[in-house]
Amino acid sequence: MLALVSPALLVILALIVLPVGWLAWQSIYHDGFTVENYRRVFTEDVYWRSFALTFEISLAVTVIALLLGYPVAYLANSVPKGWSILILSLVVLPFWTSVLVRAYAWLVLLQRSGVINQFLRYLDVISEPLALVHNTFGTVVATVHILLPFMVLPLYATMQKIPNDLMQAGASLGASPSLTFFRVFLPLSLPGVLAGCTMVFVLCLGFYITPELLGGGRTVMVSMLVSRNVELYNQFGAASAVAVVLLLSVLAIFFVVSRFISLDRVLGQK
Amino acid sequence: MMRASPARIALYVISALVLIYLILPVLIIAPISFSSARFLTFPPPSFSLRWYQQYFSNPAWMQATQVTLTVALLTVVIATPFGVAAAYAISQSKLRIMRLIHMALLLPLVVPIIITAVGIFFVYARIGLVATMPGLVLANVMLGLPYVVISVLAGLQSFDPAQEMVARSLGMNRLRSFFAVTLPQIKSSVVAGGIFAFISAMDETIVALFISGGQYQPLTKRMFTALRDEIDPTIAAISTLMTAASFMLVLLASARQKRSG
Repeated sequence: MLALVSPALLVILALIVLPVGWLAWQSIYHDGFTVENYRRVFTEDVYWRSFALTFEISLAVTVIALLLGYPVAYLANSVPKGWSILILSLVVLPFWTSVLVRAYAWLVLLQRSGVINQFLRYLDVISEPLALVHNTFGTVVATVHILLPFMVLPLYATMQKIPNDLMQAGASLGASPSLTFFRVFLPLSLPGVLAGCTMVFVLCLGFYITPELLGGGRTVMVSMLVSRNVELYNQFGAASAVAVVLLLSVLAIFFVVSRFISLDRVLGQK
Repeated sequence: MMRASPARIALYVISALVLIYLILPVLIIAPISFSSARFLTFPPPSFSLRWYQQYFSNPAWMQATQVTLTVALLTVVIATPFGVAAAYAISQSKLRIMRLIHMALLLPLVVPIIITAVGIFFVYARIGLVATMPGLVLANVMLGLPYVVISVLAGLQSFDPAQEMVARSLGMNRLRSFFAVTLPQIKSSVVAGGIFAFISAMDETIVALFISGGQYQPLTKRMFTALRDEIDPTIAAISTLMTAASFMLVLLASARQKRSG
């Protein structure tokens, strides 16, 4: 049996465990052990500002995705099966479109001469085109779009398991629909909320394509810090230290969340 | 009974807006790709295939397309048997270490892709695999493995291992009984896993940005570089073709999964 897993395991060891280990090693060793790279990450302005910005954007993206995703999951859960399949297909549809293609679509929609600006000017809502892209706004709009399915699917999976009887019991005892929702349904859906939020937050922490293409060079998220240190400045040690801190943040979040809900749920494996 | 309540109506409206937000960007690309305008206007002024012509007549795009298709095909050919073997072993074995191995095989989904990309770049730089075909294929095999493993494990869950035992008790060896009894029953999940690995390889961008170069650049890397410089409608044509390919593959995979369901 071990022989059967070994080819796959070997690929994983060689192409993800070894590379990540290499990063960790490179972050502390350069002609002798050094903490210089970590000192820079934690003291230099550029670095911690980028980390702060990344956490802020990830938080914003997570909250927005929750606010947009919860109603959709709720609706999909409360309509007849044919409709819920339709709603879920629409949610998953963009999922199977390349992230790059979707980033491009948002560029087309949001740029100064783009579809949304043209439309708003046609309606005479604005006279000058709005700066919708090449900034944090554009990054957030596109990132929420890409990560929203990761919010809706665990929410829906959790809502599916909430027995309908409970709501009827609440109603029969005289509670209004909104009271049954807030006192019964919402608390029972919290594991799904946690699962969805974790996945969206963690994926956003390491997001690269949308901030790079839609951030206009001003929204320097941690992933861009890593790539610039490698591609532009040849600062391999610093890049490695940033990557290690990012990875440790992600693992810490998974660890804390695993105290509350099963990680299988977060990773969408039921 | 609560169909007419204001809360219910608000729910419909909000959900409809969110769904429009989700699919609008996917739908906007195709009309632009068929537009004759150099600059993006919507609705497009007139129908034209010039961006498709530009794509098909450009040797650099064609070379990149060939790289993408080759990498995706090789990824499927390698990742599928590796993933099936691993999933089978994980589901059959009672060894405690299998749990750990199972988790290890899902690592590509957990580690932020930018970290994986930079790490692979450093390792490849040492052993001379940067800007090579084998390097690109290996990285995509690693990234595609979790999809195969997850899909096949799900397929094996509804398979009764006793059937294989019967075949073996009737004198087949383990290998033959697997191919004769087990594989035909989990075929759909194997195909679905392979298709997901193909799509993953076709869409993969970030690792390719770091480790591909020269004549071995996939479509996504060239598209990314082009997007950084200017918005060229040729990319809309390529995006439309890629999206169409993805959707057809997903439909194929889900049709297969349903049949096995």
